[in-house]
Amino acid sequence: MTQYARRAWIVLWKDLLTERRSKESLNALFFFSLLLLFLFQFALGPDRDQLRAALPGILWLGFILAGLLGLGRSFIAERQNDCWEGLVLTAGDKSAIYLGKLLGNVALMATVEVVLLVLFGFFFDVDLWPVLGPLVVVLALGTAGLAAVGTLFAAMTAQLRARELLFPVLLLPAQVPILLGAVSATQAVLLGQPLGEVAHWLKLLAGADVVYIVIGLLTFEFILEA
Amino acid sequence: MLVANRLRKSYGPSAVLEDVSLELREGQCLALLGPNGAGKTTLLRILATLLRPTAGTVTVGGVDAVKNPEAARAMMGMIAHGSHVYEDLTAIENLRFWTVMRGGDASPARLVAALQQVELDAVAGERVRTFSAGMKRRLALARVALGNARLLLLDEPFTGLDRQAQKWLGEFLMSFKAGGGAAIVATHTFGGGLGVADRVAILAGGRLLVDRSCADLSWDDVRRLYDSLTEANGSAA
Repeated sequence: MTQYARRAWIVLWKDLLTERRSKESLNALFFFSLLLLFLFQFALGPDRDQLRAALPGILWLGFILAGLLGLGRSFIAERQNDCWEGLVLTAGDKSAIYLGKLLGNVALMATVEVVLLVLFGFFFDVDLWPVLGPLVVVLALGTAGLAAVGTLFAAMTAQLRARELLFPVLLLPAQVPILLGAVSATQAVLLGQPLGEVAHWLKLLAGADVVYIVIGLLTFEFILEA
Repeated sequence: MLVANRLRKSYGPSAVLEDVSLELREGQCLALLGPNGAGKTTLLRILATLLRPTAGTVTVGGVDAVKNPEAARAMMGMIAHGSHVYEDLTAIENLRFWTVMRGGDASPARLVAALQQVELDAVAGERVRTFSAGMKRRLALARVALGNARLLLLDEPFTGLDRQAQKWLGEFLMSFKAGGGAAIVATHTFGGGLGVADRVAILAGGRLLVDRSCADLSWDDVRRLYDSLTEANGSAA
């Protein structure tokens, strides 16, 4: 394994281990998701047509709100005991730290999404099984984009006093292209259309993912040092 | 090993450091004394490449640390006020993390040996969250010892250490010097461990007032000089 890969891996290992032990983000996100589902259930009522039209938006609203909570906490551990300073002082390519953090956030968001999907199926009596394959492709592309830009902005705001306010304010506009593609593609997939029908949305998602990940890799060092 | 030339750091109109120059050769240890707020931490942070000076140059091992901080960082180890430890990782996991991040050999035997040196091997598998401040400090020392640094920058390293750990740190610094390493130990007290220093420098009001060899001064002289200089500087301010 190259030195770069070892550094990215150790950051991912540290973040997953820390989360597994503290369960701070997962517990909060699980109860938050449950609360969201209750609220949506009451708001939409038993009307199936209304539900079918709103489902993709609700699903992504759940993912993005949970993502905001989870991603915003990405660098909390680095703020304790001056660990941020320790990371700055390690010689070598700092983008490996971003890559490790990004993979950790993707893993966290994927876990929340799996839980949310299962609960959605249960609460709204929707059978997601027949469309699971295409849905996973859309979710993977959307999640990678959300995590890429979210990890970057979480790092940018981690050292600020008003980070809880600034993080969503910065993040939400940047997520527009991803949300546009993800919600539209999810709607088509839930209606049973093949992925080929939404290829243009998938291309938009993949393009946005590549752009955000490359920006993250190129700029993370400056953010860490700032 | 380290050359700092005419360093200045200011925030707006107020200067925190003014015209500070110092030089440290291989095998030397400098005790940097000064009262709270004298600028010791700012100076160490500039030397560690964590802060850019407003003016002046820093060279570490022949490398311009201001222009090329990455190359300088590879030669340095630092213990600052924070101990750079993750609370939810165990002691050995913390060492593994930082050793891999520095590109070093993170074999379990090497990590355990480093923990044995600071007498934390019995709690190697316990989470740092349960450690006292002194234990975290010792873990930070083990991290630095694993780093293969040639220049150590230690900010109040004796704070929070018990007598045994202070003794270990003194011995570690002596062997580090004997191996050709250079160290700066910043402190505001005359506590244990200053005996390892070859030179003493006194910083007050952002200015380096004294930089002398310990061979020229006894510690009583240093104490008297420190009191007179810091009092004079305080009244001048």
